Amino acid sequence: MNLALEHLIIIPILLPLLVGAAMLFVRDQRRTGKAVAVIATLLVQLAVAVTLLVLTSSDGDGGWVGVYLLGNWSPIFGIVLVADRTAAIMVTLTTILAICAMLFAAARWNRAGPHFHTLFLLLVMGVNGAFLTGDLFNLFVFFEIMLAASYGLLLHGATISKVRSGLHYIAINLVASSIFLIGVSLIYGVTGTLNMAELALRVPEVADADRTLLEVGAAVLGMAFLIKAGMWPLCFWLPAAYSAAVSPVAALFAILTKVGIYIVWRLSLLVFGLDTGPSAGLAQNWLLLGGGATLIFGSIGVLASQALPRLTAYAVIVSSGTMLVAIGIGGIYVAAGAFYYLIGSTFALAALFMLVELIERGRMAGADVLAVTMEAYGFEDEEALPDDQEVGMPIPAKLAILGISFIVCALLLAGMPPLSGFIAKFAIMTGIIGVHTEGAGSQIAGADWSAVALIILSGLAVLIAMLRGGINTFWATREDMAPSIGVVEIVPITILISACILLTVFAGPAMLYFQDAATELHNPVAYIQGVTSAMPVPYPGRGVYP
Amino acid sequence: MELILAIGIGVLAGSGVWLILRPRSFQVIIGLSLVSYAVNLFIFSMGRLGTGLPPVIDPNNPMDVSAYTDPLPQALVLTAIVIGFAMTALFLVVLIVSRGMTGTDHVDGREPGQ
Repeated sequence: MNLALEHLIIIPILLPLLVGAAMLFVRDQRRTGKAVAVIATLLVQLAVAVTLLVLTSSDGDGGWVGVYLLGNWSPIFGIVLVADRTAAIMVTLTTILAICAMLFAAARWNRAGPHFHTLFLLLVMGVNGAFLTGDLFNLFVFFEIMLAASYGLLLHGATISKVRSGLHYIAINLVASSIFLIGVSLIYGVTGTLNMAELALRVPEVADADRTLLEVGAAVLGMAFLIKAGMWPLCFWLPAAYSAAVSPVAALFAILTKVGIYIVWRLSLLVFGLDTGPSAGLAQNWLLLGGGATLIFGSIGVLASQALPRLTAYAVIVSSGTMLVAIGIGGIYVAAGAFYYLIGSTFALAALFMLVELIERGRMAGADVLAVTMEAYGFEDEEALPDDQEVGMPIPAKLAILGISFIVCALLLAGMPPLSGFIAKFAIMTGIIGVHTEGAGSQIAGADWSAVALIILSGLAVLIAMLRGGINTFWATREDMAPSIGVVEIVPITILISACILLTVFAGPAMLYFQDAATELHNPVAYIQGVTSAMPVPYPGRGVYP
Repeated sequence: MELILAIGIGVLAGSGVWLILRPRSFQVIIGLSLVSYAVNLFIFSMGRLGTGLPPVIDPNNPMDVSAYTDPLPQALVLTAIVIGFAMTALFLVVLIVSRGMTGTDHVDGREPGQ
């Protein structure tokens, strides 16, 4: 493949880094300029991501796997960046999400604290790097960049609740980083490599005496990712942190859990996939169990939370749980559905985080708590409308827009027809049931039925909780219900929701595309070959070293 | 040597974990530092222990692996130290902010029973 095209792979990492660093030299008061710069950067990145998407899917069967050798070292010695179809999808997803979050923040939230734009771009850089890297230790570095930026963003607009939950968030993630390092070094100690593709080749050949050590290393490493992904019982930090963050940041954080899930997904299929000897399928059962527990925990949390931001944070956990269950069951059809679900649910969650902030803006703090308590104790709203007030006043257009968006988000997250949430869950469940019926007349295992049941029940829980929240918010007409909303705040929500609707309309082609991506993920021959056969560019006149 | 290193890592990690589970934020930060020391030593030990071995390959004897020490874990430790140091500094700032805003050094931002 052409040299210039391979340089595209590093742009999603370099560009946000450079622009973000350059913006440190500009005074923080020039927020409009900075916001425009961030969005321009992200638009360029979007172009690059879409190009990568087209490139990786152009080659038909195997797919083009772009490999970028950092520092022109051969892949045995150096660090590689790898862009395959999955990575390209994830980078595109991140970019679209980031554009929307930035648009939303430009209205008011970027004024709440210093260096918002720089931190924002650094977070995007860390996430892109985590998706693109092909080296375990480099992954650690990108994780740390991502986390360092996320600490700053979480504390953005510092209030006591943010600082309190930020302290917990940072402490937990520092412990997770230590766990990450232990896992990485164990794996290195056994296999002698940190390159993921090389690792996939060496794992089947590990001596039996060392295998336990390797599996322990992989499990410890997986724990570090699952803390980020929010698997039960590693997810107790998540609701507090996500509901305390300002809404554009929380919307962007919707991708952070997906980073953890992506890495678990990729590594478990690459290193412990089907043909990898005695360790094959090491994590599957644990992921299935953990995912199920996460779904239960998330559903209970969704039902129990009275404030909308907290409800949304628990919906993040439900989304993680669904993904983990899908990964735990495995199979190409489930994975295709899971891809579809991942994109739709990330957009819907981000939209909901923004929407909730707009809804909450015009309300007293604790209004939800009050409404639910009144419901529970059967109190009537004693301050019913006074007689002289006009009854049946048309709902203001703002409120109508908010209401419709809320309904769409609820449908997406609960997995109700006709939107993409339904198609995604339907695809996952068809895959789960179909996996075993393809085999010669075998029964569908109990675990599969439980998974299907849990996915449906969690959807029901989300639906109930969203309905209750919506009724308390939109039908309990109060005088304080006319929030002031800028157009620039509605636009990103509309973009995200339209993206989900587009995904629904073009479900057929999208699903076929995700099936190809899932096939690649399950059968990573092209990935491994692409990395191991990558050759350094010869220096003019000196040949290749080494 | 292996035994001493293993005991050292164990003591550091054990004390670190105990301190992380304490309720005062200063104890937590010391605990995190101790754990990161333990982890750094652990990474270092993954390159196999040896004394007086160079990390650079001798051109006269390139094939004898036992004559060298693995340079990669040392590089990893260096990176891990730098990142760990930066993160500790960042955590320290948040800790001080939390102390200033809440008026207590309890990790929950309020004294138990309040």
